[in-house]
Amino acid sequence: MSWIKKLLPSRIKTNGTSRRSVPEGLWTKCVTCNAVLYRAELERNLEVCPKCSQHMRINARARLDAFLDAEPRSEIGANVHPVDRLRFRDQKKYRDRLAQSQRTTGEDDALVAMAGQLKGVALTAVAFEFNFMGGSMGSVVGERFVRAAEYSVDQEIPLVCFSASGGARMQEAIISLMQMAKTSAAIANLNRRGIPFISVLTDPTMGGVSASLASLGDVIIAEPNALIGFAGPRVIEQTVRETLPEGFQRSEFLLEHGAIDMIMDRREMRDRIASMLAIMGHRRLAG
Amino acid sequence: MNFLEFERPIAELEAKIEELRHVGNDKEININEEISRLQKRSSELTQSIFSSLTPWQISQVARHPQRPYTLDYIERLFTDFEELHGDRSYADDAALVCGIARLDDRPVVIIGHQKGRDTKEKLLRNFGMPRPEGYRKALRVFKLAERFSLPVLTFIDTPGAYPGIGAEERGQSEAIARNLLTMSELRVPIITTVIGEGGSGGALAIGVNDRLLMLEYSTYSVISPEGCASILWKSPDKASDAADALGVTATRLNELQLTDEIITEPLGGAHRDHDSIAKRIKTSIAKHLQDVENLGTEKMIDSRHKRLRNMGFFEEH
Repeated sequence: MSWIKKLLPSRIKTNGTSRRSVPEGLWTKCVTCNAVLYRAELERNLEVCPKCSQHMRINARARLDAFLDAEPRSEIGANVHPVDRLRFRDQKKYRDRLAQSQRTTGEDDALVAMAGQLKGVALTAVAFEFNFMGGSMGSVVGERFVRAAEYSVDQEIPLVCFSASGGARMQEAIISLMQMAKTSAAIANLNRRGIPFISVLTDPTMGGVSASLASLGDVIIAEPNALIGFAGPRVIEQTVRETLPEGFQRSEFLLEHGAIDMIMDRREMRDRIASMLAIMGHRRLAG
Repeated sequence: MNFLEFERPIAELEAKIEELRHVGNDKEININEEISRLQKRSSELTQSIFSSLTPWQISQVARHPQRPYTLDYIERLFTDFEELHGDRSYADDAALVCGIARLDDRPVVIIGHQKGRDTKEKLLRNFGMPRPEGYRKALRVFKLAERFSLPVLTFIDTPGAYPGIGAEERGQSEAIARNLLTMSELRVPIITTVIGEGGSGGALAIGVNDRLLMLEYSTYSVISPEGCASILWKSPDKASDAADALGVTATRLNELQLTDEIITEPLGGAHRDHDSIAKRIKTSIAKHLQDVENLGTEKMIDSRHKRLRNMGFFEEH
């Protein structure tokens, strides 16, 4: 098919129809090594390429589903829903952007929070949904995060957060900025009570999320080759007018510069995080 | 005087007055009368222009090159000021000024962004954009304040934290995040005044507080109007639309109940009269500081936590 495509002048090409003749989503291609992968196998492998170990983005619910024990689970803050208090409008209305993200992701905002267990030990886990407006943090994300943290404090159980976010949600203007302070204060409370907070940084973790809750873990873990930083690479390039160094703002770069504790393969997280939490939470387990 | 684009009619009048003054030296027939008539018109014109500024115009006043900066206020508000330099591990960041001083007799700690006035100073101050070492210096001084029971007065005036290679290498994100966490728990009063630009995380990093005061023509926003325009409108020329949508002004923040006081500026903006705006700020800060101190430490922390806890708008059902 591809050689004939090249021969055709672009104006008589029809977009996308050729792809639709194959059942959609049965096969997929690794963005890094170009290996053709069977969709179901990739899912079983937690969206990690079996050929090159590239960690692709995984949606919030699938992430928590893979991380937590199957039972028991209960969602936190599902009754909290976004509102357009400012009637924000750019080229599109914020309300329309919300509705669109809700349709495409099946979530009603960019954070899913759950109480559950990891290898039989109770904990609270939250995950950002990057497909929902770039995982941006607005009021609902902030509120759900804080409720999860409060649940952890109340139950004296650890909190694990998987972040994937472009930063604060511009459409909630100053209110989204204030979520940085709100979530950081909730972590201060965990610190004061000696409750472990593990922050897992996934691709990408930027801006206001990076500059608040994501950087405040007792232990900070990153997935391989994730983009992590405060300012976006394009903004930095325009400001300093230099080419950015190789691997800039990637997990490996952060480890080298002392910003994170470790890089961890997604498929090892259940085992290794459970083991770390057992060590950090020894006082409670002993009691 | 340096006039902004929308002040052009005022600038023209002022130029005419200046011209007449020169003529006046030669003849002085009825010219004084004409001058005072024009001055009255100029002030009426200023009043009418400034009574209906758009958010984008206010952003420009907030960035006015002659607007008073943190050090201008320190000079006018405090005595016995001693600047404290350096983060004790990497460098001293001149974009963020810290120190101890007295507000009348009351000992205080001061932390504020600092912009530069001429090219050389602008570079030295990095246009008021701190790097991680600036935030870590502030962190050190926040803790110093707590150790010696000194209230902290912070002054916000920054386009934002510096987006540079070194800043990322040294952990800009962590530096900001750590400050947010520390301020939320600090056992001394924190009074924040936004004196110019409140640019995003770089502003908030010294702005978790018990009281938030904003000057009439200051701004506070999650992103600059230009930045927002280039992302959401794909064109930085739409900054004016973005400023409207973001609602960056003190009035809009006040409607959302995020501010505790808007400090009125002199006619035509703070840059027209540094002494008078300094006096107003001093009065307001002293009043709010007294209110917070009256709460006592436990109640103060409790109410700061409540303020933070209640940030946000959502539905519950």
